[in-house]
Amino acid sequence: MNDMLQVHTPASIAPLELDGLGFTHRGQPLLSDLSLRLDGCRRTLVLGPNGAGKSLLMRLAHGLLPPTHGRVRWQGEVPRQAMVFQRPVLLKRSALANLTYALAVHGTPRLRRRTLARQALERFGLGALAHRPARVLSGGEQQRLALARAWLLEPRMLFLDEPTSALDPAAIKAVEDAVTDFHWRGTRILMSTHDLHQARRLADEVIFLCGGRLLEHSPAERFFTAPATPQAAAFLRGELVW
Amino acid sequence: MPQHDSAFATALALILDLDPTLLGIVVLSLQVSLSAVLIAALLALPLGAALALWRFPGRGVLVVALNALMGLPPVVAGLAVYLLLSRAGPLGELGLLFTPGAMVVAQVLLVLPIIAALTRQQVEELHLEYREQLRSLGLSRLRMIPTLLWDARLGLMTVVLAGFGRASAEVGAVMIVGGNIDGVTRVMTTAIVLETSKGNLPLALGLGIVLLGLVGLVNAAAHLVGETARRRLG
Repeated sequence: MNDMLQVHTPASIAPLELDGLGFTHRGQPLLSDLSLRLDGCRRTLVLGPNGAGKSLLMRLAHGLLPPTHGRVRWQGEVPRQAMVFQRPVLLKRSALANLTYALAVHGTPRLRRRTLARQALERFGLGALAHRPARVLSGGEQQRLALARAWLLEPRMLFLDEPTSALDPAAIKAVEDAVTDFHWRGTRILMSTHDLHQARRLADEVIFLCGGRLLEHSPAERFFTAPATPQAAAFLRGELVW
Repeated sequence: MPQHDSAFATALALILDLDPTLLGIVVLSLQVSLSAVLIAALLALPLGAALALWRFPGRGVLVVALNALMGLPPVVAGLAVYLLLSRAGPLGELGLLFTPGAMVVAQVLLVLPIIAALTRQQVEELHLEYREQLRSLGLSRLRMIPTLLWDARLGLMTVVLAGFGRASAEVGAVMIVGGNIDGVTRVMTTAIVLETSKGNLPLALGLGIVLLGLVGLVNAAAHLVGETARRRLG
């Protein structure tokens, strides 16, 4: 895998600026006036109660949805990105074919695809399942396959939308380890979760959303020890916030 | 019902004797219908997929029109192709009228809306599921088409079979544009019509049984392929 680590590691990733970002659906503002800047290759965890706009923020930042207000702006060359969803979307093919497909889309020469896909499967502990149909794998295996697919795309910025919300502890551990691996490879990470413990384990910094608004964007340590807003404090105490 | 007994006997005899006339009719029927389905599928699968992926003004009208054309009466399709290909028609120069080529054209016209309309439905559903992932991978809509068609392949096989059913069962269109000429454009269905009108019911029924058997055979083969794939893919 080391050879893959070396392939694409330009010094820095262009900062991502969200500028007055808003999204209104049928007259209902779901996200409003959100401005923030992500730089370096930190792990940023997006926290907040259900319906706070976490998934929406991910989709807007990744470019899956056009914002109705404001802009998503990369300060420089738009980096390669990938996204891992809450429910992995896998094609109706074998695990291996799912990976070679992503490589084909990515423009990898045909001859190298199988080798790279094999390596990624091994790396994510799926080597024995290469020829199984992806859709019959367990939830944890499917998510690992989705991570392996993202790994092969060599993203500089990785979005993860509650990737562990439907998984058992062992599978959660595998996902968190993968996030750490991505981080070591120099990938900037934006990940949403509603699991505070997970956020404590992974976060370098935290974005706290509530009711479609950005309430805090601060280093993890400060957020967890001294939240600036009463909503965040209540959220951290485990109270119901909305 | 001696006539019915003799129909089965006739059918059996026709098959067992490998009657050359019957064989010619069967081969031509399959040639015409399979070519029509193949051509229609090549056009309609991407067309249906495109219709599922793109939003444009007038799309709704097009979808409804396509759905309505699934019920296009074969005689009307036949008449349209007849007018198109007749000596005085815009494509009269081709000299296709009363040839198997004209029959293929007419059947393509009948099968294409079925495959396109049903493909649109299937691909639209799959696209709903795949959309975010495929966009995240950076695929343009044009590049999504082969992916979606391939991943919908099991359902689309049934769609193509429905098209084949329509082609092999219809008689109106091939009768009009083919003319039911012995040894040239006579197919199973037109032969059945002819034998019935001549009062040769055992032969007509026998041909009917052979036709049913053929359609059953094609469907069984497709089912087998589909089931194998389904089991492999889960």
